Amino acid sequence: MKHPFWRCGVFVAALLPPPYWLYQAWTFALGPDPGKVLLERLGQGSLVLLLLTLCLTPLQRATHWSGWALVRRQLGLWCFAYACLHLSVYLLVVLGLDFALLGDELRKRPYILVGALAWCSLLPLALTSNRFSMRRLGRRWKQLHRLAYAALGLGLLHMLWIVRSDLGQWTLYGVWALLLLALRLPGVGRRLGRGRAAS
Amino acid sequence: MLIQIPPRSHCPSSEITPESVYLSRRRFLGVAGTALGAAALPAWALADDAPRYPGVEPGRPPAWFAQKLPDTRWQAVEAPGEAITPYRDASHYNNFYEFGPDKGDPAANAGQLPTEPWTVRIDGEVGKPGQYALEDLIRPHALEERIYRLRCVEAWSMVIPWLGLPLADLLTRVEPTGKARYVAFETLVDPEHMPGQRSHFALLDWPYREGLRIDEAMHPLTLLAVGMYGRVLPNQNGAPLRLVVPWKYGFKSIKSIVRISLTEQQPYATWNRRAPGEYGFYANVNPGVDHPRWTQKRERRLPSSLFSPNLRDTLPFNGYAEEVAGLYAGMDLTRDY
Ligand code: HEM
Repeated sequence: MKHPFWRCGVFVAALLPPPYWLYQAWTFALGPDPGKVLLERLGQGSLVLLLLTLCLTPLQRATHWSGWALVRRQLGLWCFAYACLHLSVYLLVVLGLDFALLGDELRKRPYILVGALAWCSLLPLALTSNRFSMRRLGRRWKQLHRLAYAALGLGLLHMLWIVRSDLGQWTLYGVWALLLLALRLPGVGRRLGRGRAAS
Repeated sequence: MLIQIPPRSHCPSSEITPESVYLSRRRFLGVAGTALGAAALPAWALADDAPRYPGVEPGRPPAWFAQKLPDTRWQAVEAPGEAITPYRDASHYNNFYEFGPDKGDPAANAGQLPTEPWTVRIDGEVGKPGQYALEDLIRPHALEERIYRLRCVEAWSMVIPWLGLPLADLLTRVEPTGKARYVAFETLVDPEHMPGQRSHFALLDWPYREGLRIDEAMHPLTLLAVGMYGRVLPNQNGAPLRLVVPWKYGFKSIKSIVRISLTEQQPYATWNRRAPGEYGFYANVNPGVDHPRWTQKRERRLPSSLFSPNLRDTLPFNGYAEEVAGLYAGMDLTRDY
């Protein structure tokens, strides 16, 4: 295995926050409404992991270090794991496990629907994040994984809908996402790769 | 690693120190204090000799506030069967966007706000308009303690012992004219001390403004608060003067008030203008009318914990229907929400 420490390091760094937050919730360090705080941290965590995942290919192109691509699947799966935890906390503390309410919420609240769509676009990516699927899907695997950008757009829209008084944090993520999209433009991406290769 | 789980400091109203015990304790401390040469102590140290609720930080009340405490009518309004929210939670989980968008921002950022001296401009349809020093406004009135439920539009709630006076008493003193149909309120604008007002990404326009219909303002439950938990208001809770309207969503209870105007027209209300489909002018607590982004049928009573979220049904008018429903007789509250 190449770069074992790097891969383990990334694994541990992505693994640790949720148990730490749970511990904080348990010790009342998250304040009087720990469920809500946890919900927000997991939502933002998922979004940040998605943004990080999408940074890896441009980074690889720019630096030609193989370590970036090695953690891509891992980070993508972490993004999905955080999204699942986010969803679970929602079901637990907002709905009080009253699943009958879920249909109601999906129908009435567009931001919930958009969040659910984001989750639904992450799901097939997580399910096909293995060698077997890659081999079987061949070219279509790559096409399918463009869904990550849909998830990013939906995730950002979901968050934008919730912002109440200050757009600062959201703008940060939005600019980050725009930069990533700009790098996907054919001209920009190629130049990035060539510039480094020539040096 | 030693895992320490701090005890939950729940405080059922039955545990509030009875007034008689409190008074004798106060008297004792007063005598002892004098004997020890109290003159050497600053006034605020004496004023808060016996915190009435566990975990209350003393604060630094101005002299006019300390002088009010001995005549205060403690527990003038109670909330039977409700556990009072711990002071720390009520003072560290706040929406006060002038100090930042997160719940912890107000407690972190409000400390430097100068609240003394404080003047309130009273104008519009009143016989006695003017710039009033806060202490002059409060001086003629005895303070009352009122334990109210506070229901936030974000579907969480608390139970808080406020100290203040009925808004009606103050309004009567400034003599509203026959044309006064509404009361408008404004919060301080002070970007130097209010970082939220410096943010370039803020979606609200300052000053924060709110309003009530005159009969709502004159209702005996409507309180102008200067304190809570037996002490002066912490800055993050709206020092030195805030409104408390217990049957309406929390955002109606405007903080750090610098202006009260009596008007003929329905006044500007910040959230109502920002998103009229989400925040009505009346904003009465109503489980029958959902906010577009979250259900209002239930609420998390804080402190809540992860595995027992403490969800409970939200009551019409936040449980004050008996007192206030009459104000809205004949109105369609699903339309005028
Ligand atoms: C079925 C799926 C989902 C549901 C039901 C859901 C629900 C929620 C809820 C209830 C909130 C808090 C709203 C509030 O502040 O009142 C929230 C916030 C958020 N969610 Fe989701 N969500 C879902 C999927 C996702 C996904 C897939 C992502 C990431 C890609 C995501 C990212 C976020 C973010 C960034 C926030 C804002 C956190 C903050 O305010 O700091 N959500 N979501």
